[in-house]
Amino acid sequence: MSNTLLQLDQLSKSFGNLKAVDQLSITLEKGNVYGLLGPNGSGKSTTLGMILNVINPTSGSFSWCQGDLTTHGALKKIGAIIERPNFYPYMSALQNLRLICKIKQCSYETIQEKLILVGLWERRHSKFRTFSLGMKQRLAIAAALVNNPDLLILDEPTNGLDPEGIHQIRKLIRTIAELGTTILLASHLLDEVEKVCNHVIVLKEGVKFYEGPVDEISQSFGFFELKTKDQKALSQFAKTLPEVKEVKLENNHLKVLLKAELSEDVLSKKLAEAQIYTTHFVKKRPSLEDQFLTLIQS
Amino acid sequence: MRLLSIELYKLWHNRISKILIFGYFILIFSIAILSTIKVEIGPINFHLADQGIFNFPYIWHFNTFMIGLLKIFFAIIIVAMIGNEYSYKTLKQNLIDGLSKGEFLRSKVYAILAFVGISTLLVFIISLILGGIYSDYNELQIVFSELEYLFAYAVKLFGFFSFCLFLGLLIKRSAFALGFLALWQVIEGIFYGLMKWKLSDLIPFLSAEQVFQFFPLNALGNLIKEPFSRLSAVQNIVDQIGEGFSKDYGISILNIGIVLVWSALFLWWSYLLLKKRDL
Repeated sequence: MSNTLLQLDQLSKSFGNLKAVDQLSITLEKGNVYGLLGPNGSGKSTTLGMILNVINPTSGSFSWCQGDLTTHGALKKIGAIIERPNFYPYMSALQNLRLICKIKQCSYETIQEKLILVGLWERRHSKFRTFSLGMKQRLAIAAALVNNPDLLILDEPTNGLDPEGIHQIRKLIRTIAELGTTILLASHLLDEVEKVCNHVIVLKEGVKFYEGPVDEISQSFGFFELKTKDQKALSQFAKTLPEVKEVKLENNHLKVLLKAELSEDVLSKKLAEAQIYTTHFVKKRPSLEDQFLTLIQS
Repeated sequence: MRLLSIELYKLWHNRISKILIFGYFILIFSIAILSTIKVEIGPINFHLADQGIFNFPYIWHFNTFMIGLLKIFFAIIIVAMIGNEYSYKTLKQNLIDGLSKGEFLRSKVYAILAFVGISTLLVFIISLILGGIYSDYNELQIVFSELEYLFAYAVKLFGFFSFCLFLGLLIKRSAFALGFLALWQVIEGIFYGLMKWKLSDLIPFLSAEQVFQFFPLNALGNLIKEPFSRLSAVQNIVDQIGEGFSKDYGISILNIGIVLVWSALFLWWSYLLLKKRDL
C-alpha cells in the first residue's frame, strides 16, 4: 500500500451563497502529524465533515487510500472525534464502546486497554450521561482509538475543557503521535498545534492559504533582542550587516530582524570586534502564533 | 445480521424501548382476556367467547384486526428510535464510525421486519390456542383456511411502520412525528370529504372511493376490514330487521399491492432524505 492515506481534490462546499470550503486540495501521507489551522468559520469542520461522510460536497471529490477503500470502509479503519462527543446517554461507557466495535467490525479485546489509557476503566459501568465534559471527551478518544486506527482525526479536542483536561488530552495526543499514528488535528489553538504537529495546513475563508512543515510556515530566520549602553552605536553597526533586514527599538531592546541565517556565535564575535558589549543577547524565532497572524493578515 | 444486531443492541440497552417492546408483545396476549368476558345479569347470560368470535376461520380475521390496533404502541418505538439518533447526534457518530447511510437505514428496516415477523408469529400462535379452546369447528381444513389474513396483517404492520420510519426521519423529533401521523389521518379524512363532495362533478367516471383507496393510511385500514358486522350473531339481527347487506371481507390483492408500493416509496424517500441531508 502506498503512503497516501487521503487525497482531497478541488473539494468545495457552499451553504447558499456562502462558500464554506473552496476548491480545497490536500494530500495526507502516512506517519505525519497534520495541523489544520484557521480562525473560527474558516471551513475546518466543514472539511472534516465532508471527508467523514456527514456533509455532502457541493463539488470536487476525495478518495481514501487512493480509491482502494470506500468512504465508509475507510472510516471503519480510522478514528475521528468531532467537536462534541456523541454517545448514547442511556448506555454505559463499556456498552457504548462495544456498539462502536460492532459498527467498526473490530474485536472487543482492545476496549479495556483504551479505557485504561484514558483513565476511565474504573467508570466503565457508569452511564454516559453521568460523565463530566472532560470524561466524555476522553471516552471519545478511547472510542476513536478502539480499532487501533491508521489515522486519527481530531476536531478541536480541547474545546471547553478545564486546564487539567486540556493538559490530559494533549499528553494523550502526544503519546499517540509517538506511536506512529497519523494525526489530523483541527484547531484554532496554535500552541496546541505547534506542540504536536510537524505539518500545517492553514485555511482562511475556505481557501487553502498555506501548506507545509511547521518550521517553514514563513520564510523567517528569526530575530535578535539586544541591549547595550550605547543603543545608537549598536543600531548603526547592526544596519551594516548584510544578514539584517530591519532594526527596531522595542521595549528598551533593539529588535534585529534577519533576512538570512546568522547564528549567535557569529554575531557575538562581530560585536566584540566592533567593541560593542551587550547586557542582553537573545536569539528568538517567532512563535507559530506570530507567524499565523502575519500570514492571515497579509 | 450484523446490522440487525446493531439495532437490537441499541434498543436492548434503552430501558424505555425495552419496556415498550415487551409491553407490546404482552398486549398481544391480552386478546385472550376477551375470552373471559362473561356478563350475567339475571336472565341474560352473555359469554363473549361463545358468540363465535373464536371460531375458525373467522378468528384469523378477528384477531388480526383487533391486534392490528395495537400497532400504534410499536409506532412509538420506531419513531423514538429515529428521533433519538437525531437528538443524541448518534446518527452523525454512527456514520463517522463507518456505517454507511444505506446500512444505517437497513439496520432500522431489518429491526422492523424482525418485529413484524415476531408479532405475526405471536398472532398465529395465540389464535391457534384460542381457536383450539373455543372454536366450534376443528377440522384442519377449516383451521388453516383464510390464512391470508395473517399475510395481510404482516403487510399492514410493515406498511405502517415504514410510514413511521419515514416520518421519524423527515421530522427528526419523535413527538412531532407522532403528531404528524395523527394530523395525516385527519388530512386524509378531509380529502375524502372534499372528493365525496366535488369529485364526481369534476370527473364523472371517478368516485371518491376509487381515489381514496390509494391514500396510504386508508389503504392500510382497508387491508383488513372490520370484522364485527361479519359475525353471524350480528348478521342474524341485521337479517331480522330486513336490512340485509353483503360486504366483501376478503383480502384484495390490489390493496396488498397499494400498501407494498407505499412501503417501498416510504423506504426509498427515507433513503433519499438521509443521503441528501447534511448533518
